[in-house]
Amino acid sequence: MKLKPSDLDKIAQKMRSVTNLRKGTSRIKITVHMGTCGIASGARDILSAFLSCVEEEGVSDVLITTSGCAGLCSREPMATVEARDKPPVKYVDLTKEKVKRIFKDYVMGGKIVEEYALAIGSERVL
Amino acid sequence: MIPMYDLSLHILDIVENSIRAGARNVWIDIMQNTKKKRLDIIIKDDGKGMDDKEIRSASDPFFTTKKGKKVGLGISLFAQAAHATDGEIIIKSQKGKGTEVRASFNLYHPDMKPLGDMDETVRVLRATHRDVTFRYIKHDKYMP
Ligand SMILES: Nc1ncnc2c1ncn2[C@@H]1O[C@H](COP(=O)(O)OP(=O)(O)OP(=O)(O)O)[C@@H](O)[C@H]1O
Ligand code: FES
Ligand SMILES: [Mg+2]
Repeated sequence: MKLKPSDLDKIAQKMRSVTNLRKGTSRIKITVHMGTCGIASGARDILSAFLSCVEEEGVSDVLITTSGCAGLCSREPMATVEARDKPPVKYVDLTKEKVKRIFKDYVMGGKIVEEYALAIGSERVL
Repeated sequence: MIPMYDLSLHILDIVENSIRAGARNVWIDIMQNTKKKRLDIIIKDDGKGMDDKEIRSASDPFFTTKKGKKVGLGISLFAQAAHATDGEIIIKSQKGKGTEVRASFNLYHPDMKPLGDMDETVRVLRATHRDVTFRYIKHDKYMP
């Protein structure tokens, strides 16, 4: 395949936007754990629910992504929410309703939903 | 395991492996041939690939390269779903090049799982991994 200069430009542009994302221009990163047990306990619906929240609120600075298993099958589905300059919060046993609440209170409101949190940073709260 | 693990969830699981392997492109092909009573699912990626030893271990539930994890279930469960219909699974991979997982199913076997919501699987993959290109095609009747 031959590359034209315009193709190279496009690739460079794409790479830049990707690195921007990685460098954390987003305010909050939500990682849904998508290991096999995560998926079996409904992680796809949880991911969907977070995506709907982003759409409904019309926010563009929230990055939603996935990771593999977090080694805690019994508490799946789980998600880790990382706000810039704050310790990550791990939420467990998620449901669509809990996702809505976490999004409203924590992502939009900055208030940790402690009842659903397993750990904040390295400290255990439950 | 949870009985509701339909094929679209297996596919999501297998594609998550591709993403963990650093793939930039993932191709998902589903080929259904009602005449031959067969369904083939092919998931191909350009991730970091596996050597022969890793390929052999990949379908062993007690093998995983994930840190802090004792078992890897994704491929074993997908294989189990295919075997339950007297189908088979073939993994081809080359270190540094990529991986292809191909599973075939007997379409009308009583233990055949439903395909499930493939559109949803592809939608969430695209929305959460914007730097990866996913190509998904479902071919009806076509057989390679
Ligand atoms: N597409 C791929 N490219 C490179 N390596 C792969 C790929 N798919 C699987 N592997 C290797 O095979 C191992 C087993 O995969 P499998 O999906 O069965 O389990 P896992 O991903 O480790 O854990 P789980 O899926 O249960 O969360 C992986 O840890 C990885 O090392
Ligand atoms: S996949 Fe088993 S703990 Fe997450
Ligand atoms: Mg896996």
